[in-house]
Amino acid sequence: MTEIAKTAPAARGLLPLPLAAARALILTGGIATAASAFLAWTWTSEFPGNLTINGYPGGLQWLTFTAGVLTALFALAAYGIKGLGWLLPAKNNAPLFLSALAGFAVTWYAVIAISVELGGLVNLEPGGYIAALASLLPVLGALSLPEQLGDDTKENLKAYITKAEKIPAPQPLAPWAERLVITVVTALGLGVFTYGIDTEYGELFIGYLLVVAFSMWALHTAGLLDRLSRLTAHHRGFTLLMGFLAAIAFPFTQTNDHYTNIGVNILIFATVALGLNIVVGLAGLLDLGYVAFLGVGAYTAALVSGSEFSRFSGVQFPFWASALTGAAASLVFGVLIGAPTLRLRGDYLAIVTLGFGEIFRIAVNNMDGDSGPDITNGPNGIPSIPDINLFGLNLGEANDIGGITLGRFANYYLLMVVIMAIIVLVYTRAADSRIGRSWIAIREDETAATAMGINGFRVKLIAFALGATLAGLAGTVFAHVTYSVVPNPYQFAGAAPPNSAFLLAAVVLGGMGTVAGPLLGAALLYLLPEKLVFLQEKSLLAFGIALILLMRFRPEGVIANRRRQLEFHETGQTDVPDTTTLTDEPAVTTKAGA
Amino acid sequence: MTTPVLEARDVTMRFGGLTAVRSVDFTVNEGEIVGLIGPNGAGKTTFFNCLTGLYVPTEGTVSYKGTVLPPKPHLVTKAGIARTFQNIRLFANMTVLENVLVGRHTRTKEGLWSALLRGPGFKKAEKASEERAMELLEFIGLAGKRDHLARNLPYGEQRKLEIARALASEPGLLLLDEPTAGMNPQETRATEELVFAIRDKGIAVLLIEHDMRFVFNLSDRVSVLVQGEKLVEGTPEVVQADERVIAAYLGEPFEGDPGEAEAAEVEAAEAAADATSTTSTKGDAQ
Ligand SMILES: Nc1ncnc2c1ncn2[C@@H]1O[C@H](COP(=O)(O)OP(=O)(O)O)[C@@H](O)[C@H]1O
Ligand SMILES: [Mg+2]
Repeated sequence: MTEIAKTAPAARGLLPLPLAAARALILTGGIATAASAFLAWTWTSEFPGNLTINGYPGGLQWLTFTAGVLTALFALAAYGIKGLGWLLPAKNNAPLFLSALAGFAVTWYAVIAISVELGGLVNLEPGGYIAALASLLPVLGALSLPEQLGDDTKENLKAYITKAEKIPAPQPLAPWAERLVITVVTALGLGVFTYGIDTEYGELFIGYLLVVAFSMWALHTAGLLDRLSRLTAHHRGFTLLMGFLAAIAFPFTQTNDHYTNIGVNILIFATVALGLNIVVGLAGLLDLGYVAFLGVGAYTAALVSGSEFSRFSGVQFPFWASALTGAAASLVFGVLIGAPTLRLRGDYLAIVTLGFGEIFRIAVNNMDGDSGPDITNGPNGIPSIPDINLFGLNLGEANDIGGITLGRFANYYLLMVVIMAIIVLVYTRAADSRIGRSWIAIREDETAATAMGINGFRVKLIAFALGATLAGLAGTVFAHVTYSVVPNPYQFAGAAPPNSAFLLAAVVLGGMGTVAGPLLGAALLYLLPEKLVFLQEKSLLAFGIALILLMRFRPEGVIANRRRQLEFHETGQTDVPDTTTLTDEPAVTTKAGA
Repeated sequence: MTTPVLEARDVTMRFGGLTAVRSVDFTVNEGEIVGLIGPNGAGKTTFFNCLTGLYVPTEGTVSYKGTVLPPKPHLVTKAGIARTFQNIRLFANMTVLENVLVGRHTRTKEGLWSALLRGPGFKKAEKASEERAMELLEFIGLAGKRDHLARNLPYGEQRKLEIARALASEPGLLLLDEPTAGMNPQETRATEELVFAIRDKGIAVLLIEHDMRFVFNLSDRVSVLVQGEKLVEGTPEVVQADERVIAAYLGEPFEGDPGEAEAAEVEAAEAAADATSTTSTKGDAQ
């Protein structure tokens, strides 16, 4: 393959620079970009992050610095420097271009944001101009790298952003080295996540998203993410353990309870998304009212929490009992709603579940003693929910562990990590079993699945009920974390999570049928409205646009399912003509079998 | 007299005004390979769907080894009838092995709890299932592709995989809907061998086919369906020689004046139905 690419006459760059110059431009540009982060970009510290100091980067400049270093590293790897070859296994150009874009995007975003927010280009110091110029250089250099180009500009640009076709198999590593790689990557991941959660202002968060998105894309096109997923597949247990440890480590890195609070909420949101993933991702049932099950769990826990505003204020269950009660109540609701609706297929199911979701919210809104029975206090909800007491440990009180103070939210965070671990275990075990396979079979082709002996209604109901139970379990913690339950969050669509639309989006955006996908999607979707306060009401619009773009360019979600990855790697089948492969929608003229 | 494996009695399927299958009686005996032929739109697939519970027949009953089947696909499969589809319906995004494992569904019973708790029973059952599935993949020659996605298999192999998936349910009767459609001559010959091998495992086979050579080579008995009615049934020689079959296949009725032609065809079919009832099904199965 590469032989042909080298000898074919048409290999040329999009910009007419010789190869040596192009490479030099990328390397020096990358270094210059990183260095420009040390200059003063503006004269006033009015722009958040203080970009006025010569000799020390601040705020967005750190991001520019990181992207510049990454570009320079890729450039060195392209030169074939010893020890860096693993960065560019396929020796393709896309990682160079994309990492250069990361630096360019964040730097220009910063410069433009400074000019716009402070009112004019005059607010830029020379350092700002230098940074903008420096970050442009590697982009130009990368575009001059030779590729097989045609006449179509759009196709030509594509050559610079797509993954290499053939990624050579990695040199085998010793098992301990593979584990070391996983450990280092997990630590890096924790660092990146923590940085994102701790961003103090919207501009920094946008810059962060830009750098992370382009860098990850660059790593993906280099084939490094595939290699990593192969490693993690080899060491599944170890990877899960490291992930769990990293999750536990998070509150110990925090000094501000506010960010730990965000962490708790992300975990709750992600847990519910993972439960929804069983229903949507595995069984293929489009449930638009899923958030109601979170509500059932939360309300149940609130009612038996001992809150003086609860209808049953005398009753105070210990946490394990209220968690079980909440989950059980959700389970019952799941079966009650699922039994009549799961006989419907596709769109009908979506509409009916949407209806049931709204019915839940409206019902709890009305059960205030005036319009209905006095159970939920109507729109006022149930406030003053006491903190959870777990084995004599009050989660509302701060504790010192090894000199680090863990506040209220850190306690809840750790509780949620445990619950999340349980749910990840439930998800992976259920998915990889007879029942999980029958869910996927139903999703793939319900008619064929029933013809293979699967009782469609039964296994769908199990998926639905299991999803509901997990959401209910998360809901019981949610009620305590937020001190009160009110009907409002449990709606179909709203500007902030949780709501059914956001949950569904977290699953679809992250990657259906995976574990990491919904977790990532949930984190992203929770952070966006949280960090970009200025979007306010427009956040739904922005969110819609982002979803459309994603579905257009990466319909399988950010994290692709292993099944879809198999398509590219383990089969190595490029010789199958299109016409003989199965399409998603078999051309059936009659409803069944034809 | 042994009970037949499959006995369909008086099966009729109407879609609104259209009668796709009309009062068809049908039997398949132990160890038999029976061919079902007929022009396009004759109702062959619809008849299959009635047999397997995908359609609830408007009238009539289907019994398997003497017990009447409820018209629920999963119960039919559980009872022992497995099938393939005319336009392949594999689980495209599952691997080859997983497809076959899904076929094992009715012969295993590990539920959600055992999947979550992963006791020794679960592991044993999973292992046994996998071994059985691998045996089947060896049998049809796809063992080397166990981890490929079904969608990435070439067409002929997809058809084979569908057969393996059906066999995984340990059926007593296998229904094949046009198993060689779209295959080249070599693949067709290989399929022929495969069907014989399946019969040798003691599984009766009922197959719909358009490739006449294939059907007449394989079948112990051939049935002809025209416009939803059974026209002729008998040994391949008898059927091949029958004038009405030749006429039905020349397809005159659909050119020219449809109204009249259809009426004529119905008449012909009715006459045929009388005729077939006289040619005994029993004597034909050698
Ligand atoms: N679900 C259905 N609804 C309405 N008409 C149907 C349905 N399924 C089959 N038919 C009709 O029944 C007739 C027989 O079709 P089919 O059984 O597919 O024929 P064959 O398999 O013999 O080619 C056709 O006219 C077809 O249009
Ligand atoms: Mg047909």
